Amino acid sequence: MTDEAKKEEQQAPKAEAAAPVLHVAPGPHAFSTSLTTRRMMFDVLLALVPVFAASLWQFRLYTVIQLVICMVSALLAETLFTAMRKKPILIRDGSALVTGAILAFSLPAKAPWYVGAVGSFVAIGIGKVIFGGLGQNIFNPAMLGRAFVMIAFPAFLGATAYVVPDAAIDGLSRATPLTTLKQLGQNTGLLPLFLGTTNGSLGETSALACLLGGAYLCLRRTASWEIPAGIVSAVAAIAGLMQWLAPVAGWTVLHELFSGALLFGAFYIATDPVTSPLTPRGKFVFGLGVGALVMLIRKLSGYPEGVMFAVLIMNAVVPLINQWTIPTPVGGVVLEKKS
Amino acid sequence: MSNDGPTPLERFINGILPENPVYRQILGICPTLAVSNTMEGALTMAGAVAFVLICSNILVSLIRGLLKPHLRILVFTLTIAAFVTIADRFLAAYMYDMSKLLGPYIPLIIVNCIIIARCEICASKQRLGAAVMDAVGQSLGFMLGLMSIASVREILGFGTWFGKWLGWRVIPAAAPEIWSNWVIMILPPGAFITLGLLMGVMNWIEARSRKARKAVAA
Repeated sequence: MTDEAKKEEQQAPKAEAAAPVLHVAPGPHAFSTSLTTRRMMFDVLLALVPVFAASLWQFRLYTVIQLVICMVSALLAETLFTAMRKKPILIRDGSALVTGAILAFSLPAKAPWYVGAVGSFVAIGIGKVIFGGLGQNIFNPAMLGRAFVMIAFPAFLGATAYVVPDAAIDGLSRATPLTTLKQLGQNTGLLPLFLGTTNGSLGETSALACLLGGAYLCLRRTASWEIPAGIVSAVAAIAGLMQWLAPVAGWTVLHELFSGALLFGAFYIATDPVTSPLTPRGKFVFGLGVGALVMLIRKLSGYPEGVMFAVLIMNAVVPLINQWTIPTPVGGVVLEKKS
Repeated sequence: MSNDGPTPLERFINGILPENPVYRQILGICPTLAVSNTMEGALTMAGAVAFVLICSNILVSLIRGLLKPHLRILVFTLTIAAFVTIADRFLAAYMYDMSKLLGPYIPLIIVNCIIIARCEICASKQRLGAAVMDAVGQSLGFMLGLMSIASVREILGFGTWFGKWLGWRVIPAAAPEIWSNWVIMILPPGAFITLGLLMGVMNWIEARSRKARKAVAA
């Protein structure tokens, strides 16, 4: 500190006593005290209840087993890694629980225990804490964990892993709707897709449950509605175009929207506030990108579904989108001074 | 040519940890990432690099009086290329399977930055003794780096350690419900993740020892 600054500091109290003081502090000046991390995370958990119910109905105990494995290992990983970084352990904000739950809902029912456990540790450790904890991560932790286990254990997460021929549960004996479409060209009815009586990852089968939970999230403004809107409109536009150019009998735009992890991803995964753009316009662009990539992967790649990779790829583009969608401040565009 | 540089012993010790080629200088990352999914591949690669590095350091140190500054890189490259060819042909003749497994990465030793860096930094400036000790130290450091990465990757990716040569199983073969190998560790992403995490561990150890040294000095 220079001498002048010291002098100013000494003089400051005198001036304060003499004249009324105008407090100058950086924004934000007004904010909602209810919009805490904890409230948002428990909102997400609450919104996952219909998904959980549909999953419990369809996959029975498998849902509970995967959820317990993933959530417990996510909490353990959070405690371990934040302790290693000597940061305050913030288990109570619920973010690790949400990551674990979303990871569990994106796994197939019969995945062995270590898939969820390894996935959670990678999600929390490499996906989040290495970057500096919640709010600093570039990629969606749950999807990063899932991508890791998908490449690490292809036998348990590939399209064939979803089919368990001798399972007691009816839904598990069939291939997932998108796999049957891709490999056999067979369609699944709209009602099973809507209600969730098909095979698939634990949380993705029921479009109804995802819509219910998603509507709650958007109404509570925990999730920004622009992201799901962007995803759904991009998928609907591309699917509509494809139906017009090369119609597949019995497979409509609605089938495309209700099948796979699209709605689950649109409402629960892509809306992660940390890894999505900041402005409403940017969020819509982000959603459009995710939707377009999902359709690209679904139609032109070897994978039947592409929500995970679409979200991860778009996460990487988020800084660019933020750069492009800087809002105009009140009073017009700030012109850069030429020096 | 001056002899002001570090002594041979310092050169030797520096190569192993303080200036470890993989973790400190981050040189030779291409073979580090490409062939480190088995211990055998890693050891063969480290052996070939050690041979080339030691031989070219000796030769460059011996002819250092003749080097013209503007032609030195050319001379280094030709020297290295000669020894790389010897190593490549030797492996193809006596270790055919390993040569096939390592594929283009043995000829690619020629562009391995460690060797040209050591020629430039040490061998072209110092006497034979220092150059040899430097090459041995750096080779050991490179071997240490490769072996540490390969240990993690082979144990997680195959469940074995020296699986091809000695057949040691570290993780017993288990039913898929209990445990399974991590395919990702055999693939390139596993190399990047392992290298990153191990480099973090190395930095952590370094920071701790620096703190301890400071505490002793204070």
